[in-house]
Amino acid sequence: MLSRAHIAGVLAFAAVAAVAPALPPWFVSLATIAFANALVVLGLIILWRAGLVPFGQALFYAAGAYAVALISRYTSWRDVFLLVAIGAAAAGLLAFLIGFLLARYRDIFFAMLSLALSMILYGILVKTESLGSTDGFNVEPGTFFGYRPRGAALNLALFWLVLALSAVAAFLISLYFRSVAGTLAVPVRDNEIRLEFLGVSVNRLIHLKLVISGILAGVGGALAALAVAHVDPNMSYWTTSGGFVFVTILAGAGSVAAAFVGSLVFELLRSIAVDLVPGTWQIILGSALLLTILFLPEGLGSLFQRLRRAPQQASPEKA
Amino acid sequence: MILSVRDLAKTFGSIVAARDISLDVPAQQTIGIIGANGAGKTTFINMITGHLRPTKGTIRFEDRDITGRPSREITRLGISRSFQVAQVFPSLTVFENMCAAAAVAGGTGGTFAGLLAPLTSPATLKEADATIELFRIAPYRNALASTLPQGVRKLLDIAMAVTGAPRLLLLDEPTSGISVEEKFGVMDVVMSALKSRKLTVLFVEHDMEIVTRFAERVLAFYDGTVIADGPPAAALADPRVQALISGTKPTGAALHA
Repeated sequence: MLSRAHIAGVLAFAAVAAVAPALPPWFVSLATIAFANALVVLGLIILWRAGLVPFGQALFYAAGAYAVALISRYTSWRDVFLLVAIGAAAAGLLAFLIGFLLARYRDIFFAMLSLALSMILYGILVKTESLGSTDGFNVEPGTFFGYRPRGAALNLALFWLVLALSAVAAFLISLYFRSVAGTLAVPVRDNEIRLEFLGVSVNRLIHLKLVISGILAGVGGALAALAVAHVDPNMSYWTTSGGFVFVTILAGAGSVAAAFVGSLVFELLRSIAVDLVPGTWQIILGSALLLTILFLPEGLGSLFQRLRRAPQQASPEKA
Repeated sequence: MILSVRDLAKTFGSIVAARDISLDVPAQQTIGIIGANGAGKTTFINMITGHLRPTKGTIRFEDRDITGRPSREITRLGISRSFQVAQVFPSLTVFENMCAAAAVAGGTGGTFAGLLAPLTSPATLKEADATIELFRIAPYRNALASTLPQGVRKLLDIAMAVTGAPRLLLLDEPTSGISVEEKFGVMDVVMSALKSRKLTVLFVEHDMEIVTRFAERVLAFYDGTVIADGPPAAALADPRVQALISGTKPTGAALHA
């Protein structure tokens, strides 16, 4: 089951984890958020391969984040592993329930319904005074099996947590892509009638994809809540969902690793753009998206695939 | 009897698409279905495969009532079909099409656990290649389905329908869209493949020569019901069949052109 790509992935995550203490703190914070968001993007890739684009994935992101924030506010549970598990479960349950409705829709109807549902949550969060309304509220610092770091040590610990969970998620999703459900994504996009007459329930297949992507978004949101130590309704706003779609286009649907690289590039680009042109940083991000679509329509992931294919082309007798 | 149909009828509002259809099909029989466009042939197939829910009547398959069950459930019970317009996955290769079909064959496509199993099990790969060989489309194994000639596309569609060991196969116009010169070749491949899998076959066909050559029994449809049922020679010699189907075929074609 372990391929060369898996080994390369493990080495890459281990290398980043090893050099993390030497990295500048701003980069550690940025990469923590980038990788937490990359988990959400992995979920989008799962749906995208089946031809579905959720414009409201922030719904599950915010659900995971608020679940963690509420637990840390109303209980004495602080263990990050427990909190992330609760965030994942809350978002997964929400995706499971919503899936009964959402899995019946395709194309623009799927996209817009998903957007509408996320905006309903946004509306509820904004109107609920006890949840801090538009300001949101703070999340207590987490503990790691009893270890209670503060300050820079906490940031570093959170980064390692995000890295570890990212590695696990990347591994599981790469297995998923080789499962029946994972490989049936293209058939869903191509021809639903054929699938139904092969005995597959396409709605159930999409429902499964929704739950998996919901869990991933929940983990991402939970990690983001812990990393920022704050939640607010913007986590469920449509621009947040739009950001995930942006990174998905940047990364492309071809590879698991691309989600992480793409998300990191996006966060770097955004912080550099905000530094350079504080008033009009969106122009730089917009141009980057435009260039990606024009020159790299299959995303950053297609670069890795080209690299992988190149040696094979050099030795045709292998093929 | 592998299939027993009683008093089957389908109406859409005031339009009667099918009525009073009763028949029994013994296992491993090959049946040709003839009739002009709009005679109810496809409606009949759609009711058996669960694509349409009958307004009236019962369908029993292997002594089980399957009337009105959803198509994917009927597929899992062992009834498979191909389509008038070949239904394949255009952005996958022939081999990948067959792998997808083989992976979900046998009901695994219906459960979450089945969906999460690895695709590339040795059994799946073996089944995919065996069926490709059986339908003689191996030269196209690695070609994208969107690039296939029409005849190969139809063969792929039927090959996909045959994975997962169905007992009853319904072919809706297996030779439509194929040139006259290719028709017999395609049907030879299909029929010998289906015979080797011991399948019971119902196929819709407009070409009487093909019906005579490949069918052991003919069902002639007219105005939503069966007007003749018997060996090809007898059914095609029936005066009503000659008057209404073989005879008026050009008129029927002109009406629906």
